[in-house]
Amino acid sequence: MKVTIVDYNSGNISSVINSFNEVAKDKVNIEVTSDLNKIKSSDKVVLPGQGSFKSCVYALNKINGLSDALNEFAITHKKPLLGICVGLQMFADVGYEETETKGLGWISGKVSKIDNQNGKYKLPHIGWNQINIVKDSKIFKDIENNSHMYFVHSYEFVPNDKKIISATTDYSSNIVCSVEKENIFGTQFHPEKSDKSGLKIIDNFINL
Amino acid sequence: MLKNRIIPCLDVKNGRVVKGINFVELKDAGDPVEQAKIYSDGGADEICFLDITASNENRDTIYDVVKKTSKKCFVPLTVGGGIRSVEDINKLLNCGADKVSINTAAVENPKVVLDSSKKFGSQCIVVAIDAKKNGEKWEVFTHGGRNNSGIDALEYAKQIEENGAGELLVTSMDRDGTQVGYDIDLMYKISSKVNIPVIASGGVGNLDHLVDGITKGKASAVLAASIFHYGKHSVREAKEYLDSKGIPVRI
Repeated sequence: MKVTIVDYNSGNISSVINSFNEVAKDKVNIEVTSDLNKIKSSDKVVLPGQGSFKSCVYALNKINGLSDALNEFAITHKKPLLGICVGLQMFADVGYEETETKGLGWISGKVSKIDNQNGKYKLPHIGWNQINIVKDSKIFKDIENNSHMYFVHSYEFVPNDKKIISATTDYSSNIVCSVEKENIFGTQFHPEKSDKSGLKIIDNFINL
Repeated sequence: MLKNRIIPCLDVKNGRVVKGINFVELKDAGDPVEQAKIYSDGGADEICFLDITASNENRDTIYDVVKKTSKKCFVPLTVGGGIRSVEDINKLLNCGADKVSINTAAVENPKVVLDSSKKFGSQCIVVAIDAKKNGEKWEVFTHGGRNNSGIDALEYAKQIEENGAGELLVTSMDRDGTQVGYDIDLMYKISSKVNIPVIASGGVGNLDHLVDGITKGKASAVLAASIFHYGKHSVREAKEYLDSKGIPVRI
């Protein structure tokens, strides 16, 4: 089994690497790379993402053939892929952070700024919030409803098809914080920073 | 519902934990990696390392501490002290820090905040404001509290938010190490002024002070050092106490 964490200069991925290594121990091979052939030959792919939607999309597109390789992996071959934070957001058609930017278009929808209700809610949404599991997701095996996860973001993914939403969290409104569409998984929160519950989600993904 | 965070802070010097009383008189309280692990197992919502003498001494020890800690603790890790440039930030993030806290450099060269928040995202850029009361206002101090910049802390808070800071770590110099409680007035004024989260710091002596920081000071998170690492209270005790006062915490 080979799990690849895509390294495309999307900001700090050390914590993602550390958490996957912690869970995988010596049983699973965790590779960190942007090599297209290595990605294509993986069993599972993790797409992290920090910073803005625009900067992550730009970083992804800067590596020749990367978005095609990811398309081939997740859409053509339908192999399991997990997007984290902006990694999830990039599944959308379009994002509006900094400027209008085209996403991967895997899950129809947009990424827009959280409504802070005229300053009532501070942004970024930083800290531990509870997730409301609205649909069984394979990555939520043995995860209790209302578990705490660590969030840090100012933008939210608004998918058109609500059926792909697997969990929401309450901040200003019901923010989509996890999706599952066939082989494509995503979390707005950071499982790598969410203590034992987060590591369990990573374990679930590795063991899919 | 978003929970209020409790953040134990470990002051680190030459790879060992210390805590200053009013930034001087240092005591040794152990190994930072082990301490951080105890805190995260005990329910700390984040861990903060402050490399207190980093401006003057060899910094390599902190990189090693961060590397080791990030392999053992799976809650956010913030590292501050002696960060001068985007490259310093890059190095700490690569070692496994999730956020960095910038103090002196943010005052002297606001471009560091602007550039680093663009490069790494505001989510990992915390600006630390060390403020001391002077008459009716508070002034921003730099260099570990040694230099008075003369800048008004409230105006500075607003300006640094616009420059891309994701959070503010506000320390009252008057209260730090005194254990008489946060400067609530300062916390409240800054928190009301900005739209980003404020972490209250400086002066915690008992658990009621943590409660006050959140309910009266309107802080999103409370940071404390000595009440935790000399074993006076555990993080869990603190959380249970806050919970009993109706404050939302992660238990």
